[in-house]
Amino acid sequence: MKRRAFLAALGAGFVAGCNKFADSDAGSKLLGAAERWHKNAHEFLTDRKALAPEFPRSAISPFFRGNGSVDPQNGDYPAQAEAGFADWRLEVRGLVENPLSLSLENIRKLPQRTQVTRHDCVEGWSAIGEWTGPQLSLLLDVAKLRPEAKYIVFRCADNLNGQDYYESVDLIDAYHPQTIVAHELNGEPLPIRNGAPLRMRIERQLGYKHAKYLTAIEAVASLDDIAGGKGGYWEDRAGYQWYAGI
Amino acid sequence: MKRHALSTRLWHWLNVFCVVVLFMSGLTISNAHRLLYWGDWGFSREQAWLEVPRFPDWMTIPGYYSLAVARDWHILVAWPFALGLLFMWAAMLLNRHFKRDIATSRREWRWSNIKRDIIQHLKLDFDHGEGKYNFLQKLAYGLVLGVFLPMMIITGMAISPGLEPLLGWMVDLLGGRQSARSLHFIFAFAIFGFFVVHLALVVLAGPYRQIRDMITGGRIDEA
Repeated sequence: MKRRAFLAALGAGFVAGCNKFADSDAGSKLLGAAERWHKNAHEFLTDRKALAPEFPRSAISPFFRGNGSVDPQNGDYPAQAEAGFADWRLEVRGLVENPLSLSLENIRKLPQRTQVTRHDCVEGWSAIGEWTGPQLSLLLDVAKLRPEAKYIVFRCADNLNGQDYYESVDLIDAYHPQTIVAHELNGEPLPIRNGAPLRMRIERQLGYKHAKYLTAIEAVASLDDIAGGKGGYWEDRAGYQWYAGI
Repeated sequence: MKRHALSTRLWHWLNVFCVVVLFMSGLTISNAHRLLYWGDWGFSREQAWLEVPRFPDWMTIPGYYSLAVARDWHILVAWPFALGLLFMWAAMLLNRHFKRDIATSRREWRWSNIKRDIIQHLKLDFDHGEGKYNFLQKLAYGLVLGVFLPMMIITGMAISPGLEPLLGWMVDLLGGRQSARSLHFIFAFAIFGFFVVHLALVVLAGPYRQIRDMITGGRIDEA
C-alpha cells in the first residue's frame, strides 16, 4: 500500500512539475518554439507548392461531418441562409491595391479548381470530400497585395461562444495551389453544416484553419492587433497551435 | 569495462522521460476523439473498429482536459524522442552494442533454446545465457528499439498533414491516415506493455543494482 501511495505521489508530482514548467516563462517559450521547429522542418523538407494527396471520387465519404459552428444563428446569417445567400458578399481588403467585393455569382464565374481531399480534424477524425472554387491566389493577384502584407486573415459570419470566428495563414499557404475559396462540396452548393456559402480549404493544415461562412479576406502585416492576437479563434480561445500542419 | 555504455545510459533516461510525457499527453489527445478507424477516413462510431475508454485526468498531461496543451507537450517532446533514438542507433552500431548484445544468432532461435529461456525466466533466473542478455531480453530490446519506438515516429509523422505532401507514399503503405493513427495508438500501448514488464523484471532482478548500474554504468565483472 505504501508503495502504491508512493507511485501515485510520484505521478502527481511529475504532472505538477510539467505544469509548473509549462507555466513558466522559459517553459511556455519552449513549448511555443517547438511549433516553429516543426513548421521550419516541414518547409525545409517539402516544396512550397507540394500538393496534399488528392483522391478519386470513389473515395468520398458518404457524409461530411461538421464541427464547431454547424448552424450559425447570429447576425443576419439566418436571413441570408433563408434567401439562399443571394446577397452574400465576399470582400478582399486590407493591404491590397484594389479592394474587391464579390458576389457568389462573381466567384462562380472565375476559373475553378476541383479537388478531392481529406479533411483532418485536430481531434483526430478524417473525412474525404470534393471541393470546388477559385484559388485564393487568383483573388490576391486581382486585388494586388501590397509588399507589407505578410498574412491573410479570413473573417467569418459565425459567432461561437461570443467571439467571431476567424483564421489566418502565411503567404506560403495563401498562394498554395490547393488553397481555394470553396462554394461546392461534392458537386452541390456547400451545406450550412460545412460553411455555406463559402469556406476556405487550406489542405496542408488541420480542420480549424479551414474557415467557414467566409465574409472577408484581409491582407495584414501582423496578427498582433486582431482579436486575441494569436491568429485564429481556437488559437486565442484554447491555445491551439497557429501552424496546424502537425 | 562498464556494464552500460555512457551513450546507452544517457539515452535510456532521456527516453524514459520522453516516453512518459508522450504517453501521458497522448492519452489526452486520445480523449479528444476516442474512436479508431482503418483506412483513410472515419468520423463516427459506424466506421470505428475500436472505441477507446476515456482516460481519467490523473493519468494525463496536463492533468485536466486541454487538447491544445497536450499537443504542445506532444510536439515538443517528439523532438528529443526522435533525435534521441537516432543517436542511440548510431551509438549502438558504432560501439557494437547492437551486434554484440542485441542481435540474435540463428542458434538462439531454436525452439529448445527458447524453451529453456522461458523456463529460466519462470524460475526468476535472469543471469543465464552466454552473452550479456538472454534470448528473450534480446528479443524485447530488439523489438522496442527496432520496431516499437521507430514505428511511433513513423506513424506520428504520417498523421501530420504538413508532411503528407512528402510522405504520402508512407501513409499509403500504412494503409491510410486513420490506419496510421490506429497503429500509433497500438504501438504506444505495446511500449506501455514493455514498460510494465521491464519495471517488473527490474524489481525482481534486484532493483538497487539494476538502477544504480543504469546510472553509474556498473561493472561487467560484478554480474
